[in-house]
Amino acid sequence: MTTSDSGGLEIEGLHKVLGGRSIIHSLDMTVRPGELVSLLGPSGCGKTTTLRMIAGFLTPDAGSIKVGGREVVHLGPEHRPSAMVFQNYALWPHMTVAKNVAFPLKLRKRPKAEIAERVDAALELVNLLHHKDSRPARISGGEQQRTALARALVQEPELLLLDEPLSNLDAKLRVKVREDIREIQQRLGITTVIVTHDQEEAMSVSDRIAVMNNGRIEQFSTPADLYGTPATEFVATFIGSLNRLEGAIKDGRVVPGPGVVGIRPEDVVFGTETHPRGLAATVERVVPRGHFAELHLRREDAVLRAYVTGVPPAVGASGCARIEKWLEFEDGQLVGQGTAE
Amino acid sequence: MPRALSRGVVVLLAALLALFIIGPLLWLAMRAFAASWTYPDLLPDAWTFRWWSVVFSDRALGVAVQNSLFFAPITVLVSAVICLPAAYAFARFEFPGRRFFLIGVFAANSFPKMGLFVSLAALFYALNLMNTILGILVVHVLGTVVFMTWIPAAAFAAVPRSLEEAARDAGASKLRTFFSVTLPMALPGILVAAIMSFLSSFDEAQGTYLVGAPDYMTMPTQMYSLVLNYPTQVAAVFSILLAIPSVALLLAAHKHIVGGHLAEGFQIK
Repeated sequence: MTTSDSGGLEIEGLHKVLGGRSIIHSLDMTVRPGELVSLLGPSGCGKTTTLRMIAGFLTPDAGSIKVGGREVVHLGPEHRPSAMVFQNYALWPHMTVAKNVAFPLKLRKRPKAEIAERVDAALELVNLLHHKDSRPARISGGEQQRTALARALVQEPELLLLDEPLSNLDAKLRVKVREDIREIQQRLGITTVIVTHDQEEAMSVSDRIAVMNNGRIEQFSTPADLYGTPATEFVATFIGSLNRLEGAIKDGRVVPGPGVVGIRPEDVVFGTETHPRGLAATVERVVPRGHFAELHLRREDAVLRAYVTGVPPAVGASGCARIEKWLEFEDGQLVGQGTAE
Repeated sequence: MPRALSRGVVVLLAALLALFIIGPLLWLAMRAFAASWTYPDLLPDAWTFRWWSVVFSDRALGVAVQNSLFFAPITVLVSAVICLPAAYAFARFEFPGRRFFLIGVFAANSFPKMGLFVSLAALFYALNLMNTILGILVVHVLGTVVFMTWIPAAAFAAVPRSLEEAARDAGASKLRTFFSVTLPMALPGILVAAIMSFLSSFDEAQGTYLVGAPDYMTMPTQMYSLVLNYPTQVAAVFSILLAIPSVALLLAAHKHIVGGHLAEGFQIK
């Protein structure tokens, strides 16, 4: 399989009303050639609607969608240079694995020899050559998923679209398949958009993530940036875990104030010795989380969750808890962040 | 209840059911080869092939067989051409009056047949359709509309939309998607509908008699005159011949019919 000269994706002023309800409001997004971008958000945020508009199954009420610099918004799905992997894989049950993968090429009226060669290459890429002649019903969920991926890749699309590609797989397989997808995507350098509601999935495969909420993009940035500098309170709570306290922060303690203070659990440090920036705290609960434990610490100003590695303290133990880093929000927007000296 | 007893009851009931179904057929088969068979004899007094040669040498009967084999496939074809697009529309599109039309398809089956045919005859006289092939076809097709609409509609509706979308995404036009994905997946249901329609046309007697007799006699209408004009043995031979296509078709398609497709037909919303 050759590396496709993937085009980028440019979306401008996208609007969609469905059933009298405005689903997408003035959405702008640019995906660079070869980039993998996730649309991440809770269900009903409009991420799937956006993907279906890019694929051509839904027509936007306004806006433009360009793939590789070419306007596609007026084209039907069969004429768009994108290929999609469906959430339920949507393999045709009356065709074998090889026939499923060959179908897009047959539609393009490629010569028989070329079809056979490209189908084999695509199946080789997803490691499924041995299941060539099986019916989709006879292979496992993970294999069906890879068949669907091969069917999309064999078209050498300018843009690869994946709708919740991992949601029907069990937890262990999910990690493996997402790594496979990322590896293949990088090898082919294909521009890819993934829709997911799973922040861990988005964080682990994406170059950039567009966090969506209520039909808008709240923030569009790299995983590290979204985690470290979330633009809104929604992004901060949706990505990773957050201690969310009403008030402001002053001299390492939470005081009454108009805004909201957000502290990541790993930025709360608990120890037995006293610390000048710390406050006396009692361990209320210990939740083992594998290689670390989550503590619920009661201080005089708030209850804080903290992550500790090693042997966790016992419930009821007292010590000192300090805040190392925090985020400050007002009206849901980030207005400041701080680190203790 | 002891296990052996309950098992015995089941076997007995099954045997009774078998007797109920097979008994008359057996009687019919014996009668077809009986020289004469009168009460109170338990078995016919002699066996003969005479009645079979009567049937096969009667030209009118041969014509009836030909007519039946002509009308049934054409009925299926015409019915498919008319009803399958409607079935697809019922399955895939929301349009005003959809429920009304879907239920309305049942209308032809919800009145006593004879009443329907009498009013149909009045209409046919006005349109000069009496004693015509077209007239008989109309009667036969009417009887198949329910099968050819409801069962395929359910079969079409059962095809997941995402499979059609995947075909569109792969580059197929709407038409190509229908023929490459939707139709093959709905085919078992359509096959069941076609068989039911074939049998319904093959067995249609009342309407055919009213519209076609005496110019166009089919096997079931010929049965009427046979029963009246010949010894009962000839009618027995003829009914065995009449049953052959039905049995052959059902055997050929039993794999599809045991599936849920029939039940499916009545689940469409």
